[in-house]
Amino acid sequence: MTTERARGGASRPLVELTLARLREFVREPEAIFWSFVFPIVMTVALAIAFPSSAARTVLVGVADGEGAAAVRAALGQAEGITVRDVSRPEEQRLLREGIVHLIVVPTMPPTYRFDPAREESVLARVVVDDALKRAAGRREPWQAREEPQAVAGSRYIDWFIPGLIGMGIMSNGMWTIAFGIVQARMRKLLKRMVASPMRRWEFLLAQLLARLLFLGPEVLVPLVFAVLVFGMPVQGSAVVIAAVALVGALTFGALGLLLGSRVRTFEAISGLMNLVMLPMWILSGVFFSSANFPDAMQPLIQALPLTALIDALRAVILDGASLAAVGDELGLLAAWGVVPFFVALRIFNWR
Amino acid sequence: MADLAVRCDDLRKRYGNVVAVDGLSLHVRRGECFGLLGPNGAGKTTTIEILEGLLAPDEGEVEVLGLRWRRDERELRQRLGIQLQETQLPEKLTVHETLRLFRSFYHGGRSVDDLLHAIELGVKRDSRVGKLSGGQKQRLSLACALAGDPDLLFLDEPTTGLDPQSRRQLWHLLDRFRAEGGTILLTTHYMDEAEFLCDRVAVIDQGQVLAQGAPKELIASLGAPKVVVHEGTLEDVFMSLTGRHLRDD
Repeated sequence: MTTERARGGASRPLVELTLARLREFVREPEAIFWSFVFPIVMTVALAIAFPSSAARTVLVGVADGEGAAAVRAALGQAEGITVRDVSRPEEQRLLREGIVHLIVVPTMPPTYRFDPAREESVLARVVVDDALKRAAGRREPWQAREEPQAVAGSRYIDWFIPGLIGMGIMSNGMWTIAFGIVQARMRKLLKRMVASPMRRWEFLLAQLLARLLFLGPEVLVPLVFAVLVFGMPVQGSAVVIAAVALVGALTFGALGLLLGSRVRTFEAISGLMNLVMLPMWILSGVFFSSANFPDAMQPLIQALPLTALIDALRAVILDGASLAAVGDELGLLAAWGVVPFFVALRIFNWR
Repeated sequence: MADLAVRCDDLRKRYGNVVAVDGLSLHVRRGECFGLLGPNGAGKTTTIEILEGLLAPDEGEVEVLGLRWRRDERELRQRLGIQLQETQLPEKLTVHETLRLFRSFYHGGRSVDDLLHAIELGVKRDSRVGKLSGGQKQRLSLACALAGDPDLLFLDEPTTGLDPQSRRQLWHLLDRFRAEGGTILLTTHYMDEAEFLCDRVAVIDQGQVLAQGAPKELIASLGAPKVVVHEGTLEDVFMSLTGRHLRDD
C-alpha cells in the first residue's frame, strides 16, 4: 500500500472513488428529493387518505321515488351513514367516482345499486341493509359488545411504513447504481477509468459503498418521521433493523449493477428498471398485503427479493423479530445479491 | 531496440466487413513526439486504442516501453498517460477533486497541487468541472493523464474543437512535457498541430501508413512546391499521396 504522500495528497483509490460518487449524488438536488423528501410526502398523503382513528363513513345515494323520504329518515337515524339524493342520469358517474358507494332505490323491498367488486360498496350494502331492516321493525337477538383495537402498531400507517422503507431501499439502490454506471459509460468515463491503473473491482465496490452511505438517512428519515408524527412504535432493535436494511441495500445494489452492466442509454436503463421493479411494487406488499393475490401466485411472490425484504422489515419493526427469526428472508435476499453480482462482473462492459 | 517507446508490427483490426487497421507498423522513439495524421475514419483512433491496450488487435504485435499488454498491464498502466477523444469528466466534481481521484490511482508522480499549477488552473481549483470552458476541460483532462508522471503520453485528438488560443496553450504544455524527457504519441487531423508539435509523423489513410518522416522532410519530398502562392504543408503531402484533402470540411 502506498502512503498518502506517495499519492501526492490523494487518499486511497477506494476512498477517492467512493467520495467522488457521494459528491456527485449530494450535488444532485433531484436525487436528494427522491430519496429523502418523497417518502415523507408519500407517508403524509397516505396517512390522510387512510385515517385510522376516525370510523369510516358510508356514502349512500337515495334515488327518487315514493318511499324515498322514509328511506332517508331510516338511514339518517343510523350511525356512520351520509345520505344524499341522486337523480337517475348522474347515478353512474357518482358510483364510478366513489362519491356514493351505493344507491338505494326506494322500492319495497328496496333495491341496491352498487359494484360488488368494490370493497366500500359491499360494506355499504351491509350497513344500509341492516339500518333499513332495523327501521322496518326487525327484532335484534342481541347487542354485541365492541372493543375497538385502533392502537398504535396495528394501524395501516404502521403496516405501511416498513413497506415504504423497503421500496425505497429497492428503488434507490437500483437507480443510483445503475444510473451512475450507465451515465459514466455514456460519457466514456468508464473507458477512461480503465485506461488508468484503477482496479475495476474497486470502482464497482465504491459504487456500492457510496450507496450504503446514503442508506442510513434513507431508512431513518421515514422511520423517525413516523415515530414522531404518527407515534408508530418500533419493536425491533436498531441493530437488527440496520442489518436487514444493509442486506437489502447490497442485494438491490447488486441487481442495479447487473441491470447497468451493458446498457448504454438512459431510455434502455429506464425501461429495464421499470420491467424489474414494477411487478415487485405491485406484488410484494408495499401498499396492500400480498395475501390478496391468489394462492397459485404465492410461490412466485414469496421468491421475490422485495417481498423478502419487506416481510423481514415488518417482522423486525412491528413484531420485534430477532435476526434469526428473519433468517429465511435474509438468505433469500443474499442469494438475490450474490448471483447478480458475479454475473454482472462477468458481463460488465467497460467501454 | 531499447530506445523504442512504441513498436507495433503489421497490426490488423476488422469490425465486421470494415477493415479499420490494415497491416500497420510504427516505431516511436523515446523522447520524441510522434503524430498519427489522417482524416476522420482513417483508423487513427483504432490504432491508438490498440497501443493503449484498450482494444485487442486481430493480428500483429505491440510492444510499449518494451513491455507487453498481456503480461505487464499493471506496470504499463502505471507508466502511461492516456487522454481519450470523448471523455467527459464528472461535471459535479471540482477540478481539485477530479485530480485527487486520478492521482490516487498512481504509486508515484507529482502532487495534486503541482498538477493544478502545471495546467494553469490554480484559480479554478474549486470550480465544478461543468463550469469550465472547453480549453480548461481539455487541460484538466491532460492533467489527469499526467497524474502518474508518465514516461509516455497517448493523446487522441487533443485539441479538436478548441479555439486557437486554447490550442496554443495546450501545445505549450505538451512542449514542456517533451522538454522534461517525455514521449508523446498523438493523433490529429490538424496539419499545423503536427507541424508544430511532432518530430515525426505517419500519414495514415484507410488503416495503412502512406508515408512516414519528419514534417519538413515529407514536405520537401514533394519536390518543387506545387503551388507558388504558399509554402508547402502537410496538407500538400496528404493530397499528393491520396489525391484528397485531409479534412472533409
